[in-house]
Amino acid sequence: MFSNTWIFTRRELRTYFNSPIAYIVIVLALIISGWLFFLDFFLAGQATLRGLLTVWMPLVFLIFVPAITMRLIAEEKKSGTIELLVTLPVTDWEIVLGKYLASLMLLAVTILMTLSYPFTVSLLGNPDGGAIVGQYLGLLLLGATYLAIGLFASGITANQIIAFLAAIVMIAAFYLIDNFVPFFPGPLASVMEYLSVDYHMQNLARGVIDTKDLLYYASMIFLFLVLAVRALESRKWK
Amino acid sequence: MIRVDKLTKRYGDQPAVDNVSFDIATGEIVGFLGPNGAGKTTTMKIITCFMPATSGVVEVDGLDVFDHSYEVRKKIGYLPETTPLYPEMNVLEYLEFVQAVRKIAVSGRRPQLRNMIDLCGLGEVVHKDIGELSKGYRQRVGLAQAIIHDPEILILDEPTIGLDPNQVVEIRQLIAELGHKKTLVLCTHILSEVEAVCSRVLIMNRGKIVADGAPETLRAGLQGRQRLQVVLKGDGDPDRVVRQLAALPEAQVESRPPSEPGVITLEITSGKHQDLREEVFRAVSSAGAVLLEMRREVQSLEDVFRDLTRGS
Repeated sequence: MFSNTWIFTRRELRTYFNSPIAYIVIVLALIISGWLFFLDFFLAGQATLRGLLTVWMPLVFLIFVPAITMRLIAEEKKSGTIELLVTLPVTDWEIVLGKYLASLMLLAVTILMTLSYPFTVSLLGNPDGGAIVGQYLGLLLLGATYLAIGLFASGITANQIIAFLAAIVMIAAFYLIDNFVPFFPGPLASVMEYLSVDYHMQNLARGVIDTKDLLYYASMIFLFLVLAVRALESRKWK
Repeated sequence: MIRVDKLTKRYGDQPAVDNVSFDIATGEIVGFLGPNGAGKTTTMKIITCFMPATSGVVEVDGLDVFDHSYEVRKKIGYLPETTPLYPEMNVLEYLEFVQAVRKIAVSGRRPQLRNMIDLCGLGEVVHKDIGELSKGYRQRVGLAQAIIHDPEILILDEPTIGLDPNQVVEIRQLIAELGHKKTLVLCTHILSEVEAVCSRVLIMNRGKIVADGAPETLRAGLQGRQRLQVVLKGDGDPDRVVRQLAALPEAQVESRPPSEPGVITLEITSGKHQDLREEVFRAVSSAGAVLLEMRREVQSLEDVFRDLTRGS
């Protein structure tokens, strides 16, 4: 199972790095995050990355993640290569997982590139190391969840633009849902809060790594990967 | 090797394949013929496990394509109509990718790749991006992809579509070579392709199989009929010739545009097992016209095809 998944991951990574996609996406994310980082840093005058990692980056990822996931399945449907993929002796899970891992690696590389910011901060001040680790972990998990949603969006259409927009809408819904909490009664409000990617991110950002939050991200990723597999299987529905 | 039993596939209410049954034995080279939209591609997509049937059974080597999809897919090499290639990969990368997924032993990959590149004539383009290749080369890469794991069954959907005449001949030769060793199903609407390569023809029309047999047998089915091309010089009364010929039982007379000025060209189709040549000569001479030319045409597979799929 894993050898096939890895073959697909390698193929996708090669596509990302053989074409300008990966470089454009990484450079853009760095320019924007760098600008936001220094903006915050000099204005606030505090040795913290909280604003950047828990407020700005999730918003940057809202555009950035759909841009890297939109082609994953939609392009194969459009060009007809999907017919090759699914008539090879592999499972739909291997295909979806392989693609997911490739996009996750691209995201991880991008996040790694921003490690110069905590380095800068620690040179100039005395930041809370635990919080920064929590914020980075939160950002990675939040991005990973976005990716699963984006991959599902790519699986429901052969049109990359639709995949891109659908991913933005879905991700925005899960990001913003906790902002509406005050307008709803108790039990519903706590469900909404629990569903929010942002809420769990804020928990982790305090430097408290709670299994409850980890479990949330794991189940969101799993749920959307299952949906992506189902979307791929939809050709088999009678 | 391939058994299709009462296969039906509906898209919505529209049946694309309608209660179709046939068997393909090991080693057969079968041409799947039909006008566009006859249901050929749909049938191939079901055999290759791309999509399921609405009803009916399809078995490959005794294995149901739905229940044992994974094993079936291992046995089949498939070139879909759309030629599934990744334009951003080069030929070598692409073939290595397929080899890896096909689980070909690492030690065997290099020699086999070389073999495949020779067989499909890809030597000059191995390091080129697929996106830069001509249609002919793309088709060959697609073919290499389909045969790279030495499958027992090879299914090729319109392998020569969009190629220039030289490329068509090359690909056809390649297919004929491959056909010696494998069970081969060739989907096409090009009749000469089937005549050149196949030992058996299945003709599909509007989701049903309308003919099944060796190309010679199918031709023979129509051979009782004769078609005569007659060219007359219009001295005397050519209309009388036409009238006299039309009076013959079962004969059909149609006028064709004259091939040169001052002549009349007629096409006469006889009934079954009827030789009209003598009657034609008599009718012409009694009308006082001059018979310049009379040619009997051999029925081709094309006639069989047109006859069976007319009106679609």
